[in-house]
Amino acid sequence: MKNERITLGHGSGAGLTQKLIRDVFNKNFKLPTLEDAVVIEGDMVVTTDAHVVRPLFFPGGDIGKLSITGTVNDLSMKGAVPKYILITYIIEEGFLISELKKITESVQKAAEESGVSVIAGDTKVVEKGKADGVYITTCGIGVLPDKIHLDARTIKAGDKIIINGSIGDHSVAVINSRENFKLTGIPESDCASLNKLVQKMLKAGKIKFMRDPTRGGVATVLNEVCADTDLGIIIEESLLPVKKEVRIVCELLGFDPLYLANEGKLLAFVGQEAESVLQAMKEDPLGADSRIIGEVSAETNGVYLKTSIGGLRPLLLLDADQLPRIC
Amino acid sequence: MKLSISEKFRDPDLVRSLVEELQSWEKPVKLMEVCGSHTMAIGHWGLRKLLPSSITLLSGPGCPVCVTPYSVIDSIMNLKDVTIATFGDLIRVPGRNGSLEQSRARGLDVRIVYSPFDALEMAKKKETVFIGIGFETTSPGVAYTIKQAAEKKIKNFSVLPAFKIIPPALEALADDKDVSIDAFILPGHVSAILGSEPYRVLSEKYRTGGVVTGFEPLDILNGIRMLLRQIQEKDPRIEIEYKWVVHKDGNPQAKAILDEIFTVEDSLWRGIGKINRSGLTIRDEFSDYNALKKYNLTLPEKDDFDKGCRCGDVLKGKIIPKECPLFKVKCTPENPIGACMVSSEGSCAAYYKYEE
Repeated sequence: MKNERITLGHGSGAGLTQKLIRDVFNKNFKLPTLEDAVVIEGDMVVTTDAHVVRPLFFPGGDIGKLSITGTVNDLSMKGAVPKYILITYIIEEGFLISELKKITESVQKAAEESGVSVIAGDTKVVEKGKADGVYITTCGIGVLPDKIHLDARTIKAGDKIIINGSIGDHSVAVINSRENFKLTGIPESDCASLNKLVQKMLKAGKIKFMRDPTRGGVATVLNEVCADTDLGIIIEESLLPVKKEVRIVCELLGFDPLYLANEGKLLAFVGQEAESVLQAMKEDPLGADSRIIGEVSAETNGVYLKTSIGGLRPLLLLDADQLPRIC
Repeated sequence: MKLSISEKFRDPDLVRSLVEELQSWEKPVKLMEVCGSHTMAIGHWGLRKLLPSSITLLSGPGCPVCVTPYSVIDSIMNLKDVTIATFGDLIRVPGRNGSLEQSRARGLDVRIVYSPFDALEMAKKKETVFIGIGFETTSPGVAYTIKQAAEKKIKNFSVLPAFKIIPPALEALADDKDVSIDAFILPGHVSAILGSEPYRVLSEKYRTGGVVTGFEPLDILNGIRMLLRQIQEKDPRIEIEYKWVVHKDGNPQAKAILDEIFTVEDSLWRGIGKINRSGLTIRDEFSDYNALKKYNLTLPEKDDFDKGCRCGDVLKGKIIPKECPLFKVKCTPENPIGACMVSSEGSCAAYYKYEE
């Protein structure tokens, strides 16, 4: 449509984002993959990521830490060992240099902890009011270990789906902080680099495919896998790790935690070696609460949730972010 | 935050035994869940699939976003140089010139708030209009906000009154000869304010029973069981299942503030039409806070609908969403034609999402 404009929904990572990629970007680029990272030159993996978050500092992290962990995780989901980060700051005129220092210290700390080096960058400043504080974009470069090739098309019926812990923590922590709800007892953001966990998993067994359920959450990732494989997925509500506080906030606002963003979680599709992969995950601090949440099925099409009381409901791909409900 | 949750009302074993009991019901019945949150909960827990085919659940007019006429969206968009504050699920509702979300992309200052008090805060910085939609669940909070604005003499704040009240709408449905509903699953939170007395007319005048029901799976199944018993005994009456929240006299303080700030008027329901004495507007004493008067806006007496959209028939329980020719074909959550598809608690959206 000629006069159609970008709405926030186009940035949700859900259906509208996919439509934008299909109708605008891929009409020109013809991208080989719509995954977050891509393998080039045989064993090199590259990714790019843009970070906008309000507030810039939230319980469990800040935009600096997020820019590293997000980039590291995109590389890790291909099985790569992340090595280098290039970073660009777009800063609003008037932004406090002391805050920029804090953010940058956080970038460096997260990089050191993840074992990556920030090797280059760029700085741009825009007029007051033309940006919201600071935006960060990154480029990440990693290397694939020998014989590692993860591909959604290798997923088969009966494969197990494993998650490394509770869902929705990041979104709820950020919403609580942004909207100033002042709710106490809310978990911090799960913002963390998953590269070390991933390398342990790869050694423990054959992983077929991995994705980090960031924007759009677990339900969106599972829908994308279904679309790529023509298989169905059934997950069980009683197996899903959702912290009580997160569930309560979701019920108050009318959100489904399955569609909320995570910043330190991964979904792994594993065949016969699911148990040994699960055991290896549980030994890592970022995987202590790992569990199998469901499996791939040839009997259905699409994603279904078996509810804790025995009902069944489809988990559709949403078009945009969930909206807080009136009552 | 003090944590408490109704885990008991989700006990899988108790659910199973109730479902078993309901499964033996043979006579075809149509029950209407009036409230959008019930529609959501039924879909969320997959309850429809647990019920026998003899029990049909119809979604009623209890989604506040769905019954808000086009004209409310259209008129609010004409306001210039104000902040428009709204509950989240209204921003994707299509008006004649697109939604508030699309208007925001064109530069209109639209903000989502979680409470009308947030809008009052915004008014300290800039002229703010709060879109006053909702039923008795939300209107007391808005009434209190208006009272606060008056007491604190905040002049930059107003409310566009488009509130609805539930009992007259149910009476209109019970009175409609084209609508065949055997009994009502009555709203839980609306009744927490109103109590159960205002529904008495349904059973006494129209012989249609109702049970005020909570939102947990056991609440809903138990509410259905109570309705079936009424039907079996041929004794339609108004009962309360949601006793852990609802008192038969409701909440007197909330009712008092509603009465202090608002007055009842005829109101236009999207898809249904005008229903006598089914809306609330702001009393003259508080007219400074009435956006319609402040900005000289009028809401039309009639609302016309998109060709082919059968929202009205869905809201009345005449058809279920998939019987509408537009459902899933032209009307999707991405491109909603009718409001029932927009709000997550709209019947069409709930069907789309939960009942493939």
